[in-house]
This record gives sequence, structure tokens and C-alpha cells, in this order.
Amino acid sequence: MSATAKAGQVGRSLPRLEGRAKVTGRADYIHNLRLPGMLHGKIFRSVVAHGRIRRVDVEAARQVPGVYAVFVSDDIRRVIANPYYGPAFHDQPILAEGKVRHIGEPVAVVLAEDPHVAEEAARLIVAEYDELPAVTGEVEAMTSNVIVHDVLKPAGTFPDLKHLEGRKGTNLALDFHLRRGDVKPAFATADHVFEHTFRTQPVMHTPLEPFVSAAEPCDGTLTIYTASQSPSFVRIEIARLLSWPENRVRVKTAFLGGGFGAKLYIKLEALVAALALLTHRPVKISLAMDEQFFTITKHPSTFRIKSAVTKDGRITARECEVWWNGGAYADIGPRVTQKSGFTAAGPYDIDNVAIDSYALYTNRPPAGALRGFGIPQLVWAYESHTDMIARALDIDPVEFRRRNLLRDGRPQATGTVMQDAATGKVLDRLVERIGWGRPFDRGQGTIKRGRGVAVGFKASIAPTTSGAIFNIYADGSCALYCSTVDMGQGSDTAMAQIAAEVLDVPAESVRVVHPDTDVTPYDMATLGSRSTYHMGNAVKRAAEDARAKIEALKAELGLPPGSNIPLPELFRRKYGMQAGNIVGIGSFVPSYASPDHDTGLTPNATPFWMVGGAGAEVEVDTETGHVRIMRLINVADLGTPINPRIVETQLSGGAIMQLGFTMQECMEFADGQLLNPSLADYKIPGMRDLPARIENEAVAAVQQSGPFGAKGVGETATFGVSPAIANAIDDAVGVRLRELPLTPEAVYRALVKGGR
Amino acid sequence: MSATRHIRFTLNGRPAAAEIGTHETLVDVLRDRFALFGARESCGQGLCGCCTVVVDGRAVSGCLFLAAAADGARVDTIEGLAPGERLDPVQEAFIECGAFQCGFCTPGFVLMTKQLLDENPEPSEDEIKHYLSGNLCRCGAYPEIIEAVRVASRKRKSGG
Repeated sequence: MSATAKAGQVGRSLPRLEGRAKVTGRADYIHNLRLPGMLHGKIFRSVVAHGRIRRVDVEAARQVPGVYAVFVSDDIRRVIANPYYGPAFHDQPILAEGKVRHIGEPVAVVLAEDPHVAEEAARLIVAEYDELPAVTGEVEAMTSNVIVHDVLKPAGTFPDLKHLEGRKGTNLALDFHLRRGDVKPAFATADHVFEHTFRTQPVMHTPLEPFVSAAEPCDGTLTIYTASQSPSFVRIEIARLLSWPENRVRVKTAFLGGGFGAKLYIKLEALVAALALLTHRPVKISLAMDEQFFTITKHPSTFRIKSAVTKDGRITARECEVWWNGGAYADIGPRVTQKSGFTAAGPYDIDNVAIDSYALYTNRPPAGALRGFGIPQLVWAYESHTDMIARALDIDPVEFRRRNLLRDGRPQATGTVMQDAATGKVLDRLVERIGWGRPFDRGQGTIKRGRGVAVGFKASIAPTTSGAIFNIYADGSCALYCSTVDMGQGSDTAMAQIAAEVLDVPAESVRVVHPDTDVTPYDMATLGSRSTYHMGNAVKRAAEDARAKIEALKAELGLPPGSNIPLPELFRRKYGMQAGNIVGIGSFVPSYASPDHDTGLTPNATPFWMVGGAGAEVEVDTETGHVRIMRLINVADLGTPINPRIVETQLSGGAIMQLGFTMQECMEFADGQLLNPSLADYKIPGMRDLPARIENEAVAAVQQSGPFGAKGVGETATFGVSPAIANAIDDAVGVRLRELPLTPEAVYRALVKGGR
Repeated sequence: MSATRHIRFTLNGRPAAAEIGTHETLVDVLRDRFALFGARESCGQGLCGCCTVVVDGRAVSGCLFLAAAADGARVDTIEGLAPGERLDPVQEAFIECGAFQCGFCTPGFVLMTKQLLDENPEPSEDEIKHYLSGNLCRCGAYPEIIEAVRVASRKRKSGG
């Protein structure tokens, strides 16, 4: 399928097509949307983590001048008979019914023409709860008597969740198990056994355009305008909730002011749909920054990892137990649990592997996908563990990795044979760039210096589908219709380049039509670094189909093959005037084999592998615990870049985001309350938090099955950052941190306990 | 919530007037009365810089700045920076350097960069970081933004 780019459109660092719109402030976001007669909604939220709703008093709110209506769950049921949604489980009520299960859960909503009026009125709502004990920890949730959902309600879309239907008395939303070889004898006969436990903290995506959705009713149809990464899913889910055919629900998106996995599946869309149907008016809800923290988060996790190692440094067995804190509603957590479970043992060639990965309900805000789909949590643990083993055995950490690295042609833990995964190259380039073998200044006095590396990998999400349409107009200009959402990753530009490469036209001349489910064909979602590969292949096929149809038209008109007749002339000869279209279509569904339920094994776990490594040089102030990152190196296998400049921005941007999750970000809970839901207290990286130097490299690689050798890149640079820094801190001062974030306080406390 | 005021001000070089609520912010008014969406509320606390507006030559957080206080002032937004076809050198530099991803924070960065270069035509990297530390970019395009400031500085020096 791979073809080398010859037209020069793929492989060029074309500035983003929408650059001018973005620097002039004129880019289109749903945030900007105004509809005639529109009402604004403000959500009233729970202040308890777990409780039965005794009473919700909305009377005072209703009396506020300018309030159009106030609704609670009973009202929602007037238009949606079974108002529970979600991609994996139908567990999330549009507004809380009977019970609240997390802090910040929507309980009621106020509508007004003036958003300030709605906000003021929402403050007057009073709710009373009979508080219930809450379960907050993921490990605790396994055995707790506190049960978040009385009955499990799998959505039915994932066959491997069906067996959970109707299950009671459990917080377990999915358990994934993988068994390869036999770990027991390997541990029994091992020269060394190492076991460690690592944790990650709750953090939030923090897109700067907060969640925003609007719904507009019209004559038996509903148009939903939403800052969503998954317009096709939204349409299907809203149609299901309303028992309508898909063609009565239209979903449109625009540019997204960031997504990072937050704006996936379904968030505010069901609520605005219900409100629009209740009021027969357009309704828009724009969340404030603090409300995002109650909407979706990244899974906190606990990972117990145990390895059997020979005295010459070969890993012979690995046991992984991972608990994922999914919060009160499953969202896509079960998929995170399963897909990340495939690779929990790391990019190492290990004959005996046992993996148990558990998705758990707790009374925390829901957790979903966040740039890496669980992989950064896993790499944090297995690459910290890897360094700890190497140090304990007095083997150089890079050498230890080389001895065990999983390379092309060898089976991965699932049994799938590795292909087009440049693990070795990524490690080699990392080591070369950081100058691993060369002398290193270890600092002096109270400032100690150290360095560390880490390599992680990820299986792409499968099975998923993408479709694309390429339309050539009668003057020869063209447009590409695809439902990939450009949330900043540069997909519009990349897709235009792929199509332009096939048609041999300038990429700047390709118009990319933004997702509109009445116009653009189905795409599973913009997630998991899947678009370049999946949609890229679909776009390539659509453009090839259009090219073939041009040739067919030439033949039909009696023109010789290879005739270079201009397109407008071709249309004129066919239709007698400037008229008509040539429409190419393409779709792409990679092959995939579901893992066996008992063993987790499959010959085909993923259409492609992503490999990302990081190297860090740090300075640790032993008096304060403060860590300065002197250098952060990101090396990735992303196949052959479609647009090298955009790819580099993706690498460095992903690494900087992960740097926030590594060094500073943490949602702090106390007595059931979230203490820091604001940018005043929840600090995302700013200019001052950058490493002194940041370097990025895409290794020379080809994804044979990808469009022009490319594959995904959006998440890759997040993999190695956290463990590379923790390994560097250990290298500098001899303390090992097993929990994120690596704050000065954490480093200082560890130093007090005993560093070098 | 019912008190209103009539304000007159200069908006991107043209006279403007509006009937506003005393509780309304400059971002509310620019968006709802003038359909200017380049200054956008994100954090709502003046901490992210997405709502940057220039009032009487000084960058302010439009989400905290009460519209009533703009009475009689000169208000400049990103939309007024380059009203014609020709972009400002700062905008050109941001495009050339790929100094944004999602673009939501970009108008704020562009306006702050222009103000920085007006005050300090050749800032050092440390001065750039210091000056722009009140603007957040969750996509993490900071290295490219720093590069864009340097490129813009050179462009301005050579007359665009």
C-alpha cells in the first residue's frame, strides 16, 4: 500500500492551511457560535461525592427575572425515555437520577437568554443529599463494600463487555488478562526477582477552549454543534437516545481549541439535545474552566510490576497488575484498560508474561482517554522498574535495555509479531543524542546532575473505520470531505498533502471540508494517533479513485491515455459547459483479531506500533528538592512524516504536556472535595516551565501499510518523559520516586529519607 | 444584574458605542455586541492570556476588565492588528514558525509579542519567556513561539 511520495506534496513542511485564520483571531470555533433565539444553560452540580438525592429545590432559581426554565432529571425523561449514555457502558445519566456518584456531577440546569442570569440563578438552587460512604482509590475499589453502580450496563458495542451485563455488587468495569508462557517456573528459578509498585495522579486535559456544545431543533431534526473529537459517534449516540434514525441528527464541528482526548465520545451533547427538544429553542452550554475538572480526567493508576531476571541481565518473566481509577462513569476507561493491557510489560522480549488490568468505578470525576490511552501511566512504571533493575544488577541501564529490547520479527506479549516498530533505532538515536558513553558533568555542591532514558510503545486502537470523499469541481478545483477533527494536530494540512500528492496538485489548493455528518462520511473518531494512518489511507484511496475516474472520463471522451487535457476542458467536453463533479471515495478498515478472552493472545493486535523514547538531563537542588530539566530529548518512530515541521511540533508539544503531568499537575482531593479546579491552583506548563533545551527527532522509518509510509504521532512523545526524568533524578541524587508528580516536595522528602 | 450604562470608545481605530450591563466584561461586549471573537474567555481568571485585549496601549485580560471601564478608551483587538490583506510581521512570523497548534491562545500571544517588541525590539530568550509567562498554550508550542518572536523581531528591524 505504501508508495513513495513523488509529487513533492508529502514530505514538505507546508505551513498549516488555517494559519492565517488562527493568527488573525478569525478561526472558527464552536466557542464563537451564536444562533438566533439561543438559550444558554448553566449546570448545577453535586457537592458530595456519593449520596442519595433527597430533594432539589429549584423554585428560587425559577423566580430570577430572565430565567427561561430550570430542569432536573424527570424533565429529561419527558424527551429521552432512558437517559443514560456512554461509549462502553450506558451508565451516565444526562442529569443525576436518584443518586450522585461524584463531586461536580450535573444535577440540574438553568436556561436563560443571558448566560450571566443563568449562572446567578443556578447559585440559588438547593439540593439535599443523604450522603453515602465514597470509594475513591482504585485498589480499594476492588474489594470495597461501597458499590458505585448497583447494576452494570454495558453498551453492547464492545463484544468483550457483554458478559458484564446485569452484574451486581462489583466496581469492576472490565478485567483484561494476558497469559503468555508460564511465569511461575520462571520466577521460581530466577537468579533475581524484582517487584515494585508505581502510582500516577489524577490530572486533567485542560483544553483552553472549554467543553462547548449547542443543539438546534428544526422540524423533526436536530443539529448539534459541538467541540467534539468524534462527530460520527455523537450522531449515533444521540440517535440511539432519541430512537431516531441517524439522518435526523446532524453533527457539526469546527476547529477545536484543544482536545487531547477530553472531547471524545459524548459529553455535553446529550444534555443540549434534551434541552433543545424540551424548549423547542437552540440551547448552548459552554463550560467554565473549573467545570472541566468535573467532566473528564486522566486515569489515576496503580501498577504492581514484578520481573524475573538472570544474572547476566535477561528478563525471563514479568507479572503486571494494573488498577485504573475510572471514576464514577466508565466513559472509554474499559478500552484504556484493555488496549494498554496489551503492552503493559513494555517493549521487551520476554517469554513469560502475565498481565491483569482492571477498570474500576470509584466516586471520582470520570476518567477517559488522555493523549496516550493509558500508555504514559504504564511506561512511567515499567521504565522506572527497568532502571531500578539495571542499577541493582550494576548493569548500565542502556545496555540492560538493549539486551532485552523487543525488535521486529519477534512476538510481543500478545503473540503478535512486531513489524515496522523501530525500537532499536529509537533507543540508539536517544543514546547518541544524549551522549550516553561520553563523560558527564555530575554537578557540585548542593546541585547534582543526572541523566536518564526511557522507551515506550503503543498498539493503535483497532478495529476502526475511516471514510473520505474527494470532490473535483468543474473548474478543476477540489475539496476533501472527511470527519477527522483538526484540534491543533494539523490534520487538515496533512490530509490535503496526502490527497494533493496523489493528484499532483499543490496541497494549498485542496479545500478541506470540516466534519458535518450530513456531508462528511463516517470516521470512528480523532483519537489515539489514528488519523494520519486510518484517515490518511482513506483519503489516499479517495484521491486515487478520483484520479481513476478522471482517466475513465478521458477514455469515454476518446482521449488517449495519459492525455494532459486540463480538467476544466474535460468537464466542458463531457457536459457542454462548466458543470458536473468527479467524486472519488475511499475507506479504510485495517485488519485486526480480537484477543482471546482467557489468554489475551492474538496474532494481530494492532495495525501499527508507535515507539517513543525520551532522554532527560536534570539538575537537582539537594537543599530544596527543586529539579531543573536541562535537556529533554524526544525521539520517535512515526514512520515517514507527511509534514516534518508539524510532526516536530507534535513531538515537542506532547512532551511538554507530559512534562506538566510529570512535574507539577495534580488534582488535589480532600474530604471528598476537589481543592484546585482552576488555573490559579492547577498549574499547567507555561514558558517558565520549559526545559532549558528541548530536542526532537523522528527516526528514519517506514510504516509499510501507512499512507506514503506514515503513521500516527500525536501521543508518541508523551511515553518516555516521566520515567526518563525520574531515572535522571535517581542518577543525580540516588532517590527513587514511585509516584507522580515529581514535585520539589516529593524529591526533598525522598532526599531526607536517604539519597546519595 | 439590571444596571446598564452607555459607553463610547474607539474600537480598532473606529468610534464605537454600546449599551452594556455594568457586570459585563470587555470580552462579553466584544463578542456579543461587535462579533469579535479573537479575544476569548478560557480560564476566566486572567491567568491564561486567551482574552488579551489592548486598552489604551496596554494589554489587559479582557475577561476581568469590566466593559464600563473602557468608556472613553482606545480598544484594540487582534482583528484590528492587520485589517487588510497584509499581516503584521508578528502574525507572519507565527505562521512561518508554526508557532501554534489549536490556535485558541494565538491571538493573545500575538498581541503580547507585539507589545513586547514595541518595548524591547530585540529581547533575549529569558526576556521573551518572562514577558510571555502570563500566556498559556496547552498544545505546548512554546519553543516555536519563542522562535517566532525572534523572527518577528528581525522582520520588524528590516521593515517587514
